[in-house]
Amino acid sequence: MLLTLSWTLPLAGAILLAFIGNADGKRDAMIRWTALAVSLVVFAVTLVIWARFDNASAEFQFVERVAWIPAFGIDYYLGVDGISLLLVVLTGLLTPIALLSSWEGVEKKVKEFSIFILALEAAMIGVFLSLDLFLFYVFWDAMLIPMYFLIGIWGYDQRIYAAVKFMLYTMAGSVLMLVAILGLAWMHSEATGAYSFDLLKLYTLQIAPETQRWFFLAFAVAFAIKVPLFPFHTWLPDAHVQAPTAGSIILAGVLLKMGTYGLVRFAFPLFPLAATEFAPWIALLAVIGIVYGALVAMVQPDMKKLVAYSSVSHLGFVVLGICAMNVQGVQGAVYQMLAHGISTGGLFLIVGMLSDRRHTRLISEFGGLRNVMPRLTAAFFIITLASVGMPALNGFVGEFLTMLGGYLWDPRFVVVAGLGVILSAVYMLSMFQKVYLGEVTNPKNAKLPDLQPREWATVLPLCALAILMGVLPSLFLRPMEPSVKKIVERVQAVRPVVAQATPAAAPAIARVQGQ
Amino acid sequence: MFSPELDAIVPMLCVTLAALASMGAEAFRGHNERLPIGGLGIVGLAGAAVSSVLLWNRSTSGFGVIQADNFGLFVTLTLVAVGVLTILFSAPVLERNAIPAGEYYSLVLFSIVGMMMMATASDLLVIFVALEILSLSVYVLTAIRRDNTQGTEGAFKYFLLGAFSSAFFLYGIAFTYGVTGSTKLSAVGAYLSAQALSSNPMILIAMGFLLVGFAFKISAVPFHMWTPDAYEGAPAVVTGFMSTGVKAAAFAAFARVFLSAFEPFKGDWAPVIAVIAALTMILGTVVGVAQANLKRMLAYSSIAHGGYLLVGLVAANDVGKAAILFYLLAYSVTNLAAFGAIALLGARDRANDELRDYAGLWHSHPALAALVTVCLLSLGGLPPTAGFIGKWYIFSAAVSAGYYWLAIIGMLTSVVSVFFYLRVVVMMYMSERGTAEAPPRVAGIGMAALALSIVAIVYLGILPTQVLNVAAASISTIF
Repeated sequence: MLLTLSWTLPLAGAILLAFIGNADGKRDAMIRWTALAVSLVVFAVTLVIWARFDNASAEFQFVERVAWIPAFGIDYYLGVDGISLLLVVLTGLLTPIALLSSWEGVEKKVKEFSIFILALEAAMIGVFLSLDLFLFYVFWDAMLIPMYFLIGIWGYDQRIYAAVKFMLYTMAGSVLMLVAILGLAWMHSEATGAYSFDLLKLYTLQIAPETQRWFFLAFAVAFAIKVPLFPFHTWLPDAHVQAPTAGSIILAGVLLKMGTYGLVRFAFPLFPLAATEFAPWIALLAVIGIVYGALVAMVQPDMKKLVAYSSVSHLGFVVLGICAMNVQGVQGAVYQMLAHGISTGGLFLIVGMLSDRRHTRLISEFGGLRNVMPRLTAAFFIITLASVGMPALNGFVGEFLTMLGGYLWDPRFVVVAGLGVILSAVYMLSMFQKVYLGEVTNPKNAKLPDLQPREWATVLPLCALAILMGVLPSLFLRPMEPSVKKIVERVQAVRPVVAQATPAAAPAIARVQGQ
Repeated sequence: MFSPELDAIVPMLCVTLAALASMGAEAFRGHNERLPIGGLGIVGLAGAAVSSVLLWNRSTSGFGVIQADNFGLFVTLTLVAVGVLTILFSAPVLERNAIPAGEYYSLVLFSIVGMMMMATASDLLVIFVALEILSLSVYVLTAIRRDNTQGTEGAFKYFLLGAFSSAFFLYGIAFTYGVTGSTKLSAVGAYLSAQALSSNPMILIAMGFLLVGFAFKISAVPFHMWTPDAYEGAPAVVTGFMSTGVKAAAFAAFARVFLSAFEPFKGDWAPVIAVIAALTMILGTVVGVAQANLKRMLAYSSIAHGGYLLVGLVAANDVGKAAILFYLLAYSVTNLAAFGAIALLGARDRANDELRDYAGLWHSHPALAALVTVCLLSLGGLPPTAGFIGKWYIFSAAVSAGYYWLAIIGMLTSVVSVFFYLRVVVMMYMSERGTAEAPPRVAGIGMAALALSIVAIVYLGILPTQVLNVAAASISTIF
């Protein structure tokens, strides 16, 4: 029941809000508080799931299964394992933060805004929990609708263009995945006589290499667009820059992870043979994305755009780790997903605060903010360091592990990716310097208020987590380890050469965990 | 109930009686007297629904030409839903445009009789008679606003081309009779399966002519030319009615003729229909993108939906047959609701059906905008709506029959179609209303009908199991 609760609660909250009359905006405060309360309860539920989660098991836990469309073997089938567990918790954490971040920024149509955020949360959690491919696809596509409205109604000037582009790009990728899903179900029916969309059953399907290639590509393109992998990334800067702060936080924090999650959960283990074949090419795109994203980020005048491109770069590491398909790489990838969710969520949050105050996001409009708002500066500094991969902060662990995994697989990629680490320090720190250090050059900045109590409530947890995840990575690595091992073993069964490399590298991971 | 022969046509009889009653009511209506004629129609349709449910699983046959099997009854029930929704949406429109209710409703009901007959007919000549019954009523309905030039033009085009296609269809029947010596589908099928290996050019010609006749009625490319004009010219609610009811009836007969009688020649017709399906999906969506008039846009979108249905026909396996039934139901409810919403927003002097008329609708009619959005998302095939399940069903049929390329084209065109559905949503939610005056207040009965359709759309989207099972069971009885 716990898993069902975690996605139906926000949905129920959204439906409840829909029935509160608020034509004149008089009940805005009540609606904000209700939405926040609902999202906090959901967060509590996700924490309960984590607390009761058995770290030692690689199996899916809290499994719920009810026949949904029996004629086609479609089940309402939920379960959580080490890979999805923390992503669900991350979703639970970022939603209340997103709601809080727009407490003042969103003034029009507060009710609808809260409804869409909660509906989005429901769909996101559903995506991470689904073990039935049909159910997964339903959540995957349903999630687009609230996000589309969030960008399109509450975004900045170019919002409509960005919203439509976001929707069409993502859909174009995912419909081909649907064809592949149907094909899988059909093959299952050919092999066993009954349709099935059950992921675990489909894992065991024997698929011809040629078919694997096509199906893998259909899945991989859907996820690559979502990640986004170079050169499918062009929707992201638009969507990020135009989305309201809450939208950006959720987009960067959770939505992008669905792409990488999909690669780990579906594309690679379902089609191990094809995945092995294509992994070097995907990794190539990933490292191109790492360097390209970083280079483009360096020249952005707009803070939000800079952070958006930095996401392209950072997610390249995640994809690299996944392509390596060894324990270090995948574990690093999942860790990096969480770390990126926290740090980039934090960056968008603080950029949103500046933008709410000044109604501009141009770096050149700011300068010397340290003198005016020291606390906000400190928070931003922590998040910046976390984002560039400073040791003892969360970004380091993820990048280190993915690069370690990548090194064990094919060192050439890591050499290029390493360049991305350096570049990320360059663009992030130079933005920090231009915005926060020096003297206040623009008189409009002289009287900006520092962090408000509401803003404290959003920034503090993120900073605390960035540090905690950097200092105690084992707390987060341990639950995912058995599940990661299981997936890696499955894929490596067809890739014996790399499998041999894993035991030798085991001490390295022990060192990281013992930090 | 009555004699077994009569049983099979009871659903049609109920609707016919209602149609006659509404004609009578109109004739004896005092000047300015208001009569609930629409209510009469609903009573007749309810009778049809009840009798269809009673006939379920009995597969009665009437006079050797009507086969009330589950397949036909499923479509009959879909048509009842179409009829009821049409009547509910029509009530405020008739009042607004001062259209004589008795005339209008009896035409609607007579065309539903034709549709029901078409869905259950098992003889080519009866299919033709049914086609004519429904076509003539629909031609008149298209031009029901006699002072409207667009409507008259659309009706005239529709009539001319429709007459041509009827001729083709009749010619096809003649050829079929010439080859097989019968117009009964069972006899034709039996003859053809015995002759399956010898390919007779006459039978190919017969199939071709029948195909043209059906393709015209379901507005498949390249026989779709009349559709945009007729759909734009007719009052919105009539457009909704004919884009769903006519299509459902024509598809039922199409499936029955080609999947039973001409099944042995599947190797000949399947590739042709596959190409037609692909062209229909592509043209419908690509041209739909360029439309600025909502009715015209939905006209092209309904062409595209005909293409999706054809995919189910091409697949021709059990999944495909059941998918056609489910898709027809899902599409009918959704499309009718969408056109109903357009009709509700019209005013007497202004149709309010240009895209820009929808700017800022969210602010003036929040509930209506939300309901229209659900319709559009369902048409676009997004979960959790009926349209998504329908598309999934159709394309799983295509995939399981090995038509991956059709499934891929269908999926990609549905993404393109989402683009133009979203344009409406953008207008409603993300644009500010210009100088034009706000659309009028919407009648309560219309909103109720819309809400009813939305409930159905969401129900079919989230809990489709029951209807899917009924659809799957319906096809097992005949083919």
